Amino acid sequence: MLELSGIYKTFNAGTVNEKLVLKDLNLVLNDRDFVTVIGGNGAGKSTMLNMIAGVHHPDQGSITLDGEDITRLPEHARAKYLGRVFQDPMMGTAANMEIEENLAMAYRRGQKRGLRWGISKEEKELYREKLRTLDLGLESRMTTKVGLLSGGQRQALTLLMATLRQPKLLLLDEHTAALDPKTAAKVLELSEQIITANSLTALMVTHNMKNAIQYGNRLIMMYDGKIIFDVSGEEKKKLHVSDLLEKFEKASGGEFANDRMILS
Amino acid sequence: MNIVMAMFGASAQGLLWAVLALGVFLTFRILDFADMSCEGSFALGGSISAVLMVHHNWNPFLTLLVSIMAGMAAGCLTGVLHTKLKIPAILSGILTMFVLYSINLRIMGQAMTSLLGQSTIISIVKGLFPSAKEMGMRDSTLQSWVNMGVGILFIVIVIAFLYWFFGTEIGCCIRATGNNEAMVRAQGVNTDKTKIFGLMISNGLIALSGALVTQSQGFADINMGVGAIVIGLASIVIGEVLFSKVKNFAKKLTAIVIGAIIYRIIIAVVLQLGLNTDDLKLLTAVVVALALSVPVLKKKKGIVRREGN
Repeated sequence: MLELSGIYKTFNAGTVNEKLVLKDLNLVLNDRDFVTVIGGNGAGKSTMLNMIAGVHHPDQGSITLDGEDITRLPEHARAKYLGRVFQDPMMGTAANMEIEENLAMAYRRGQKRGLRWGISKEEKELYREKLRTLDLGLESRMTTKVGLLSGGQRQALTLLMATLRQPKLLLLDEHTAALDPKTAAKVLELSEQIITANSLTALMVTHNMKNAIQYGNRLIMMYDGKIIFDVSGEEKKKLHVSDLLEKFEKASGGEFANDRMILS
Repeated sequence: MNIVMAMFGASAQGLLWAVLALGVFLTFRILDFADMSCEGSFALGGSISAVLMVHHNWNPFLTLLVSIMAGMAAGCLTGVLHTKLKIPAILSGILTMFVLYSINLRIMGQAMTSLLGQSTIISIVKGLFPSAKEMGMRDSTLQSWVNMGVGILFIVIVIAFLYWFFGTEIGCCIRATGNNEAMVRAQGVNTDKTKIFGLMISNGLIALSGALVTQSQGFADINMGVGAIVIGLASIVIGEVLFSKVKNFAKKLTAIVIGAIIYRIIIAVVLQLGLNTDDLKLLTAVVVALALSVPVLKKKKGIVRREGN
């Protein structure tokens, strides 16, 4: 359903900071794939997600979603197909607006916006119901400003917003990295629940190898702007963290996996 | 008595300037965009209204509509410079302001247009009360009452419009844009458009304010917009400091209107007390700088207290 082919991306071309981030990246996602993405810092994981979302555009190569070439489509125009949750809990919501106002913005993703009232009564009931499924007590605080919520609550809300309108593809960019371990575990579980319940196709970048093995039906490892390992099904289930570390070391020519990956 | 009369006149003036403050609020607080073009669009609104009345015999009410549209065009220019040509916000506003200086001179053909003997909104409303003079009311007092009535009428219309508009789907997107652009784009909204739209509405209001002030003071002047952004900010910060607890949007807007009135009263009082008019802008800048630094000062104080524990 998603196809990246021959993607190249260089940042700061022509300056001393020039960096070739993606080199001939190729990836094909199948319907209902839940893919976890791992790799060291600077491997190009986030850039890949931003490329799919349209934050950056590739220098070369093409991106196709359900047969439609979206390579040159601006970010806001392809948002109708995508649900996104960011690493920074502040990124996914508008802090000065109420919970229900944020949800109302998300509910209109891909719809035409006009001079109708920004939120209707029937919607509010729907939001209350959806918020109840998060089990965070947010359903009774719908007019609270989002800025007053904790990071975990904001990520859970962003997750709900990203899936309020069924997206063709859900992009999770290290969405639990900024949370404490307990909250991170809860948000992860919630992500899986939502993905399963709505049979979504999802790409989840993570720094945590255990999570990468535990969740999803397919795992890819990136190194130096390319995918160096792609495993799914039974084979993925049998993976251990040590296997991944070994792969990583081999790819990087003996360089150790960074501390963050080992510790997690 | 003198000072009371001065304060009364000032609050009436304040209501007309409050429309400017509401316009500045839209960009400064809602869009998070320090928009310098307001200095030009304020004078633009005044010039257009004056010239249409004096040289083309337009109905003074109708000139307001043209002023608003011209202001919106000015806002659109700033928005396009910023979003499409990627010029920084402050510079985009300054460029528009510069452009408007020439345009305003072109419109008026001179640096000032007098409305002497011209029928304006204020003079029309004044004419509705012929008995005021017979009752011994001074002309300046009647003028202040009329200013106040006209000011309140427009303020009510503007606040009602803004309350409605920022509750709509498009309005919500504009509010969210000032909050978190990335989120708004992720929800499928073109943030270039929302910014341009917000700037247009803001500058439309500011031009309206310029036209109203022109009709009230009896002339349009090429320099009438100088310092408009600071005056607008002063009104906003005074209103916010006095009504910091207010949450409701309409009440927030009302707080700014009150801020604009209080600003005018403060100016009137210090002038009555003998402050040199040359020092007015200095005083205003100090007020704004102090009020804007309140959050920082509060934070510092809070840290000190915590350390003390």
